[in-house]
Amino acid sequence: MAHEHKLAIFRGTVKFKSNTQKIWGVLIFLTIVTAIEVILGIYKPEFFMHTWMTPFEGGFMATLGNILFSPIIYMKPLNLIFIVLTIVKAYYITWDFMHMRDETKALRRMVVWTGVFLICYLIFILLQEGGYIESVYTNGYVKRDF
Amino acid sequence: MDTTVANTGTEGKTWGGGNQPLKASYGKMMMWFFIVSDALTFSGFLAAYGFSRFKFIGSWPIADEVFTHVPFFHGNYPMIYVAFMTFILIMSSVTMVLAVDAGHHMNKAKVTLYMFLTIIGGLIFVGSQAWEWGTFIKGDYGAVQTNGGNILQFVDKEGHRVALRDFVVAEEKVRAEHERKNGLWFVEEATLPAYTIDEVYKGLESHPDVLVRTQIINDEGEKTVLTREESLNQIKNNGKLVVEGANLHVNEYGTSLFADFFFFITGFHGFHVFSGVVINIIIFFNVILGTYERRGSYEMVEKVGLYWHFVDLVWVFVFTFFYLV
Repeated sequence: MAHEHKLAIFRGTVKFKSNTQKIWGVLIFLTIVTAIEVILGIYKPEFFMHTWMTPFEGGFMATLGNILFSPIIYMKPLNLIFIVLTIVKAYYITWDFMHMRDETKALRRMVVWTGVFLICYLIFILLQEGGYIESVYTNGYVKRDF
Repeated sequence: MDTTVANTGTEGKTWGGGNQPLKASYGKMMMWFFIVSDALTFSGFLAAYGFSRFKFIGSWPIADEVFTHVPFFHGNYPMIYVAFMTFILIMSSVTMVLAVDAGHHMNKAKVTLYMFLTIIGGLIFVGSQAWEWGTFIKGDYGAVQTNGGNILQFVDKEGHRVALRDFVVAEEKVRAEHERKNGLWFVEEATLPAYTIDEVYKGLESHPDVLVRTQIINDEGEKTVLTREESLNQIKNNGKLVVEGANLHVNEYGTSLFADFFFFITGFHGFHVFSGVVINIIIFFNVILGTYERRGSYEMVEKVGLYWHFVDLVWVFVFTFFYLV
């Protein structure tokens, strides 16, 4: 049986001779990413602990700006780094370990786009509402410290 | 790619199911669709965790202070053990994909070896998770819960945690634990805490260097430590229950939702790993018996491999949102 594998990762920058080699290469990459996460998680560099921007104020453009730059306005850079690195890891697990790279475009899109779209919706709706309830607790005369 | 397992006599018959426009066999495609739906389940859980966390954003427990243990070692090692678990799971993913690769080359001996290593990796992971649960349930320092359900912990002047057993003295108890044999046979009572609130208060009074730490996270991202006077007041007026360890009702680490989600999400993931190990064992024996050798295709290994990688994929996210962020 002929099983062809695409053997290049990082958009063709790194090429491997065989599938087995590619697997070890991806393992090394994933290990490095996890190590970076753990080291950042333990030492928590001061530089990444405070948001880099404060929210814009006043008017429609400010609201728009707050939405566009929301990842760096409302999130600590450290958490943003963790989430980006996690998605990078997820990409390589799916593409190389689960052989998504070798599947047809249609199958790939069916699985990935459906998942991504629905998960984005779930995350948006739940985090939005959680934030709202927090604001009720904080500003709504609800006593919690007793 | 020719991944058809068996000929069904429908080859090329579009309406007989003989066409494979996605060039993937029925079984493999269904595994992918199952994975999509399972991914939605898990993201539902993780988003619900995010919901509760955003709700209590100013008082959520700090994971680094909760998961600090490594088996066989004493001391404070945040993250190390979870990182080890993550590595084990990624490693077993690698042996799985090597087994799939060996299957493509119809190399029975190698498939057997790699499947075996994958199972071992899975077992180590499930064992580690059980240990992690045990440590979490047993608890470490103990705390006091207030009337409002908040958790008060104890620290010394430098901000290091102090365990209840280090400053509280248990007295003679008048209150006996209710057991089936000495009371109502159909009612059970949970084990009584080792100390009462009064004993904790006395202990706090007699140790001038112990302070109370609340759940509230201050601007530096650390939990607020009260002054000596406030500490005594809090325990005296608001203290209601001594909490040691964690269960579904209370936990000494902070908001009770934290423990609930910990048990629920890591439990659900652990169950996935466990069932993955069971399926892997079944496939492993099929490989040894030569089932796939006779069938002429090791595609079953590939399908179970997809599931196994998915379990790894989920853990990567659980790791990030529970332990890192």
